[in-house]
Amino acid sequence: MSEHLLSATGLHLSFGAIWALDGVDATLWPGEVLAVVGESGSGKTTLLHVLSGRSAPDAGLVAYRDTEGVAHNVHAMPAPQLRALHRSDWGFVHQNPRDALRMEVSAGGNVGERLMAQGARHYGVIRESAIDWLRQVEISPSRIDDMPHTFSGGMLQRLQIARTLATHPRLVFMDEPTGGLDVSVQARLLDLIRTLVARLGIAVVLVTHDIAVARLLADRILVMRHGRVVEGGLTDQVLDDPQHPYTQLLVSSVLQA
Amino acid sequence: MSGYNFAYLDEQTKRMIRRAILKAVAIPGHQVPFGGREMPLPYGWGTGGIQVTAAILGPSDVLKVIDQGADDTTNAVSIRRFFARTAGIETTTHTADASVIQTRHRIPETPLRADQIIVYQVPLPEPLAKLEQSRAETRQMHALAEYGLMHVKLYEDIARYGHISISYDYPVMVNGRYLMSPSPIPAFDTPKMHRMAALQLFGAGREKRIYAIPPHTDVKPLDFDDHPFRLTRAPQACGLCGARDSYLDEVVMDDRGGRLFVCSDTDYCAGRQSMRQDEDAAA
Repeated sequence: MSEHLLSATGLHLSFGAIWALDGVDATLWPGEVLAVVGESGSGKTTLLHVLSGRSAPDAGLVAYRDTEGVAHNVHAMPAPQLRALHRSDWGFVHQNPRDALRMEVSAGGNVGERLMAQGARHYGVIRESAIDWLRQVEISPSRIDDMPHTFSGGMLQRLQIARTLATHPRLVFMDEPTGGLDVSVQARLLDLIRTLVARLGIAVVLVTHDIAVARLLADRILVMRHGRVVEGGLTDQVLDDPQHPYTQLLVSSVLQA
Repeated sequence: MSGYNFAYLDEQTKRMIRRAILKAVAIPGHQVPFGGREMPLPYGWGTGGIQVTAAILGPSDVLKVIDQGADDTTNAVSIRRFFARTAGIETTTHTADASVIQTRHRIPETPLRADQIIVYQVPLPEPLAKLEQSRAETRQMHALAEYGLMHVKLYEDIARYGHISISYDYPVMVNGRYLMSPSPIPAFDTPKMHRMAALQLFGAGREKRIYAIPPHTDVKPLDFDDHPFRLTRAPQACGLCGARDSYLDEVVMDDRGGRLFVCSDTDYCAGRQSMRQDEDAAA
């Protein structure tokens, strides 16, 4: 466990005159939850897309170390290999579950899709696994054959998480996983994510604008502003003793319940 | 017939189609785009099949055309007459006598030989079309052989009906590489494609795609280990020839629930009937 799972150095990306990423370095250790916080437009989602190979940076390197300990340049990887990685070792949880789920396919089919994409060809095994995962995300197995559109927003998000985790990824990218949910549902979902991530030992890069979410889930935190990382460190340390004025502003702007 | 080139299409077009066919044969199951022409019949009536047939016909060929297995339905009769007129070639209804067989929705019951070519009329060449709307995405899936999605469809079927309910156009893997739509032939016919001695060509006129299965190529229906592909056939025997191994049509006979099951392959049925009469006469 002495080597980085994912490491990014000197990431630059501009959209016209705007620097979405302006010299970002980031590292992720196996089993670690890293939160990227910042206000809208600070470049956090762009960073997530660059880290996951979905968009290419203008400059900089993202390296991923696979199960054999071999480092790969994510953006130099051939498309089939990157897609295979996204299907197996990696997962991506979208803010809007409707972007990731197949709405015309049953809950069980949604959970089983990644397994089948990996070559699972035994219906009974796939179904067992789907039932198990639904249970783990606290969806009643009796709803396995129901269509996602009959699910509530919170259930959809949990279904997306079950679908993502079904192949036991080592690394999951999450983009505002609790966005658009009401507070009580958010709390349950956060609790669920925290339990699953801890139990399965998954490394997570979590993008959120919600400091509370970062505090609950993350081991380490990066604060972004105008495409730059202004502060980084252990979550408690950064949030309890913010050094940068912007971080101080972010932390102090959270309503105390 | 004067005023027309042999087999209706001009030679340049035929050459273009033949190039597409050659490429299709070289990459079994891969859909090759071609510049589909307007044909003197509507899309959906076999424009793709006709163009392929026109491109491969020679003066010495004998053509058979079937529609749902029958030689005597409108579609079959008019396409057969079309080529009889525009190419002046011989036509037949006997599977064994034909060198080129154009078909819609069936494969003849009589096994095909190495010196025969079967041309399928294809309405929807893309097997993933119903699952993934974007053609750019389905092309990528073919390129990377990512066919998990098709299994999701099969999974949904089993979850809903307890078995794979696809009864026609059953998705197949060709040569272990490309997922292919076998055209809307019944699932009953799918195994006949596996290592068939004859060359199989597929033409989709509206979608402008040609694909092929060379002789003796592996064609495997998709399935699950615990839900293997199974043949489905009405349990009856043919009411006319008594065949128990052929694919049957169900014909409503009256308004009191009377039904007759008969072979959908009219040539096969007629052959068996005349064999029976010969036996009766001999006895």
